[in-house]
Amino acid sequence: MEIKLSGVTADYQIGPIRSPLVLDHINLTVASGSFTAVVGPTGAGKSSLMKVLNGLILPEEGQAVIGQLVVRKGADKKTLKAVRKRVGLVFQFPESQIFAETVEKDICFGPLNFGATAEEACTIAADVIGQVGLDRTFLSKSPFSLSGGQKRRVAIAGILACRPDILLLDEPCAGLDPDGQSEILNLLTRWNRDYGMTIVLVTHDMDRVARYAQQAVVLVKGKIVFHDSVRRLFTDPARLKDWDLDLPEARRFQLKLEKHSGVALPGVCLTEEELAEALIKVGRV
Amino acid sequence: MNKLILGRYFPGNSLIHHLDPRAKLVAAIAFILIAFLAGNVPGLVLLWLFTFLAMALSGVGFRIYLRGVRPLIWLILFTVLLQILFISGGRTYVEWGPFTVSSFGIETAVFIFSRFVTIIFFTTVVTLTTRPVDLTDGLTFLMRPLRLFHVPVDELSMMVSIALRFIPNLLDETQKIMDAQRARGAVFGEGSLFHQMKVLVPIFLPLFASSLNRGEELANVMDVRGYRAEARRSSFRQLHWRGRDTISMLALLALAAGLAALNLLA
Repeated sequence: MEIKLSGVTADYQIGPIRSPLVLDHINLTVASGSFTAVVGPTGAGKSSLMKVLNGLILPEEGQAVIGQLVVRKGADKKTLKAVRKRVGLVFQFPESQIFAETVEKDICFGPLNFGATAEEACTIAADVIGQVGLDRTFLSKSPFSLSGGQKRRVAIAGILACRPDILLLDEPCAGLDPDGQSEILNLLTRWNRDYGMTIVLVTHDMDRVARYAQQAVVLVKGKIVFHDSVRRLFTDPARLKDWDLDLPEARRFQLKLEKHSGVALPGVCLTEEELAEALIKVGRV
Repeated sequence: MNKLILGRYFPGNSLIHHLDPRAKLVAAIAFILIAFLAGNVPGLVLLWLFTFLAMALSGVGFRIYLRGVRPLIWLILFTVLLQILFISGGRTYVEWGPFTVSSFGIETAVFIFSRFVTIIFFTTVVTLTTRPVDLTDGLTFLMRPLRLFHVPVDELSMMVSIALRFIPNLLDETQKIMDAQRARGAVFGEGSLFHQMKVLVPIFLPLFASSLNRGEELANVMDVRGYRAEARRSSFRQLHWRGRDTISMLALLALAAGLAALNLLA
């Protein structure tokens, strides 16, 4: 399912303080079935962008088109519910939304809200718990007895259970150990590849962006300053510095090596594997 | 949830922001008493003028104050209605069964309404312009004499300051969890009363869980930093009584005197 934002402007209100233009005339098209990373310094409006795509914040100006559905100022509740059904949003630290006494009940919450019968919801729960890499014995456990990584996966299962076509994730790896992080991202890659799920991922971790995402969007002060392939993003290090973004380790190593040795490696290396290959290639010449 | 301004501090640089929290606390308490001194129309006008002056000096927009009244508006209107309908005397306009609308009733209603709203406005001036920590410092100071009666003043003030400190966090967290459940298709504020209560469970349970966790973490952190309840504590923030604080107290005194004089004249 395609996402298309045209001229979207949004304000953000927290308590009595209103920050205008957290999103400033955003035009963005996210292709169906793509894996896009949204990066940018803190306060750039990444989370607000996610909320607009889910209909939690309505644009002041412009509109967001998700498949056939239009999110704009004054959109009716039916449309918003339909949007939320199609677009799953995994918040930062999603385990804080878990409330039910068993994992199964918590996972069923979404599907039941979207009109599934109790039976259907149970079938879905049994299905998605496997998709997040946990076995069915977890369904009867209390979510509060699980480890941090397991809770996170249960929370994500709760979103997946709504059967979205688009999955938005806001820092899904924050606070997890490296293994847990890789596991979540591998799951995302698999859903993207096997089910054609459109994935939009907000993250700070450039190594993860380099390894997992295909497209990158750079958001700075509510404006999109870059939208292209991940490889292009990391080609020009000077630009990244302007946006307060890091380089992936492999690319940083490559640039340093090229500077010190004067040898140019072929291509832009995003991961250790690519770097190793490039080094071998150069060594042979 | 974002509309609630109770306990929210509004950063600013106004004259009122810089007043000593003790002065502001005393002012708030005194104002509640003084509001009942206004016994006639000129007194009421004076009360409103004084309130508006304080609001203007605080540098916070008028609309923010209106938001402060909004949660209480039904209570206020109910009280006003009771006065109008049940108090008789003076000229009677409508009489219908036990209900009478009379000039006396309307007058009382206007007084009640004015007192309610000015008190809310004035206390909101104090809470909006004083950081919660300063407020508790002021409160602790004012409660000091109670130590003589073995009231654990410092512990109480610690409890109050912790509670106040976490109100904004709690509100923000509530908002976040509501958003998260909305994203999972939950709809709030619709359907029967029972249904509306039921949909609150997915908000309150995570909120309780996280609050309990935070409480435990906070207790541990306090332990690690050597907090002991019975220890005598000094204060990092020292309160300084300045000339302007005395002036603010005198202004209140003048208001009280003015209202009293107007009562005597009438």
